[in-house]
Amino acid sequence: MSTTTTRDTTRPAPAEVPRAGRRRRVRSSTLNFWIFTGPFLAGLVIFVYIPIGWSAYLSFFEARYTVTPDKFIGFDNYELMLTSGDFTGSLVTFTVFAAIIVPVTWALSLGLALMVHRLRFLKAFFRSVFFLPTACSFVAASLIWKMSIFSGVRFGLMNTVLGWFGVENTAWLADPNPPWYWLVIVTVRLWLQAGFYMILFLAALQNIPPVLYEAAAIDGARPGWQTFRHITLPQLRATSTAVILLLLVAAYQAFDEFFNLLAKSTWGRPPLVELYYTALGEDQDYGAGSAGAVILTLLICMVTLLQGRFLGFGKGDDAR
Amino acid sequence: MSAPSSSTWDRRSVLRAAAGLAALGPLASCGGNTGREGGGSSGKGLVQYFHAYGEAGTQEAIKRYAKAYDKARVTTQWITGNNFESKLFSSLLTDNAPDVFEFHPQLQLIKSGQVAPLDDILGPVKDDFNPADITSHTVDGKVYGVRMIDDPQFFFYRKSILEKAGVGVPQTLDELAEAAGRLTTDKVKGLFIGNNMVSTNYALVWAAGADQLDDKNEIAYHTDDVAAALKVYRKMFTSGHLLLDAPADYWDPSALVQGLTAIQWCGMWAMPVMQKALGDDLGIFPFPAAASGAEPAVYNGGWSMFVNAKGKNVDLAKEYVKWLWIDQKKYQEDWALSYGFHIPPRQSIAASATELKSGLPAEGVKLFTDYGRFDNISWTQAMITALDEVIANAVRKGTDPEKALDTADAKVNRELKKLFG
Repeated sequence: MSTTTTRDTTRPAPAEVPRAGRRRRVRSSTLNFWIFTGPFLAGLVIFVYIPIGWSAYLSFFEARYTVTPDKFIGFDNYELMLTSGDFTGSLVTFTVFAAIIVPVTWALSLGLALMVHRLRFLKAFFRSVFFLPTACSFVAASLIWKMSIFSGVRFGLMNTVLGWFGVENTAWLADPNPPWYWLVIVTVRLWLQAGFYMILFLAALQNIPPVLYEAAAIDGARPGWQTFRHITLPQLRATSTAVILLLLVAAYQAFDEFFNLLAKSTWGRPPLVELYYTALGEDQDYGAGSAGAVILTLLICMVTLLQGRFLGFGKGDDAR
Repeated sequence: MSAPSSSTWDRRSVLRAAAGLAALGPLASCGGNTGREGGGSSGKGLVQYFHAYGEAGTQEAIKRYAKAYDKARVTTQWITGNNFESKLFSSLLTDNAPDVFEFHPQLQLIKSGQVAPLDDILGPVKDDFNPADITSHTVDGKVYGVRMIDDPQFFFYRKSILEKAGVGVPQTLDELAEAAGRLTTDKVKGLFIGNNMVSTNYALVWAAGADQLDDKNEIAYHTDDVAAALKVYRKMFTSGHLLLDAPADYWDPSALVQGLTAIQWCGMWAMPVMQKALGDDLGIFPFPAAASGAEPAVYNGGWSMFVNAKGKNVDLAKEYVKWLWIDQKKYQEDWALSYGFHIPPRQSIAASATELKSGLPAEGVKLFTDYGRFDNISWTQAMITALDEVIANAVRKGTDPEKALDTADAKVNRELKKLFG
């Protein structure tokens, strides 16, 4: 017997009908809420929150070759990560990498978008051609860059081209002085991702109302730099902000090209690569690796809060 | 019809709930492909891990041996890429860990109870093994791991190129550096010691009269002679006489075969391919002495079979290792001699190996016995990485060798403290 039937006898019928209906609707929408979000939340808890919690737990233990340690060592892992220089060095590496790759990709993808936007013929063709590298995997591209384009032998593509001008063979990746490896790392990422951001800019460019350009022309703005500086660029502000944030996130997640291009080095290791070597790679020190991950998580939280304050991203429409 | 329609458990919501559960289904099946083919009717399954050998036919050979075993279905994971250690170590922590795997003797695997002692299966044939191969796998009187192959590593050179340049076989590290310079032309580099230059680490330390660790398991590699040898390396690195960033690394014979270099550090395994390509235009010599009074050095690497002590079928895994790597001498001989050249650790097999009895292979065996030194089981992966970083810092980056060695000391001491207290 269901509860509704008992209630029917105790309460006046006319008032009860709509109320019971609403209650049922509320209850079933609650159920719907859990049905729809439940699997996702369960996944989030199982695959994100429990690992984060476990990682925090591991960071206080000596966890080598095990993820179920029993030797509590307090803040030793944190001390090691912060004083050994490898981890702090990796933060510097990331900063250098982001400082190069973010503005360069931004400028190149915007430049490509502007050029493709002005095309009268073959627009779709060039759009596709520039976008295609996005479909290539970072690992495959890294190997092509390493073994054929920036190979250190005399028949490597770059060395062949430079050889025509009498330049000696360069070991692009082996020798960190001068740091040519940055050229290899930056160009491979540039080739892979510029096309994607070009599409974002292209969409934004097509959304700028033509009347703005007409009005500017009537007001005497010269076509070219002046129009670009005062009409196009301000109109692209929202897209630019989004692109810069996406680029920062992508730069932070960079792993494949560093891992595949630089082996057995002590330089050119952003935080994720460094932590991979510490925890999952050959060292298998899950305690120290987790301590690094916790420090990194705290840093990301701080940066996210700060960018929310300065860029106003995530605050809602009234912020801009 | 009356009561159910007013309950929350009506037909629709039950269906919805069922659909929700069904949506969770795929999550549960994540990671279902373990490479294990389940129990089945034909008995239990075992999983074995091998790194990808470069020689043609090796993968087929390992799978052929496994198939011939009739007490269990053995699945082979052939791990490609240059980070076999990482993949092995991280998989050992999971439920999909291999039951048997090939690796090198390393103390931390034993201290953490990861590998099982194999005295019971090795006992009867212990005397047939090269004594050094037993010593390098022994901790506190127990033997862990069955050696499959011994792989001496030394220098290979093109006789014709050295003759043409009037360069003799280098007897000291300084002579090697000088030879590299004189052999370098605009087409050919003088010397190839690997793209990362870490594969000669042990030989460099030994040839400088030092060792990784001493008898008391304390640091022994940090000497003035090692620092001086590192300076010679740095000089070679900056002079442009070394082949760097080659498409294939030191373990592959192609740099020498394709004429990219005159001298290459490589292993005995590549000898058949080199001989086939170069004929008689091929010679070998050990890592030359790098300090006065020191001996030349050859690194006797190799691979051994280990049993995962935390696996589900430890006894069956032991049975399999005994069957293949102790009982089946035909397969052991095939594995050591039919693809690349390796020195069989079983003396009875080595004695009948006609391929290694004459010519260049015999010279390789002589270097193996005269100058070869084996792995030190107390020298573990974290220490290997620390010494690799010395090369990265002191040779490639240009840090002062003393400082680079100090950095390594801190890491090695941390590891030693954890292993020995």
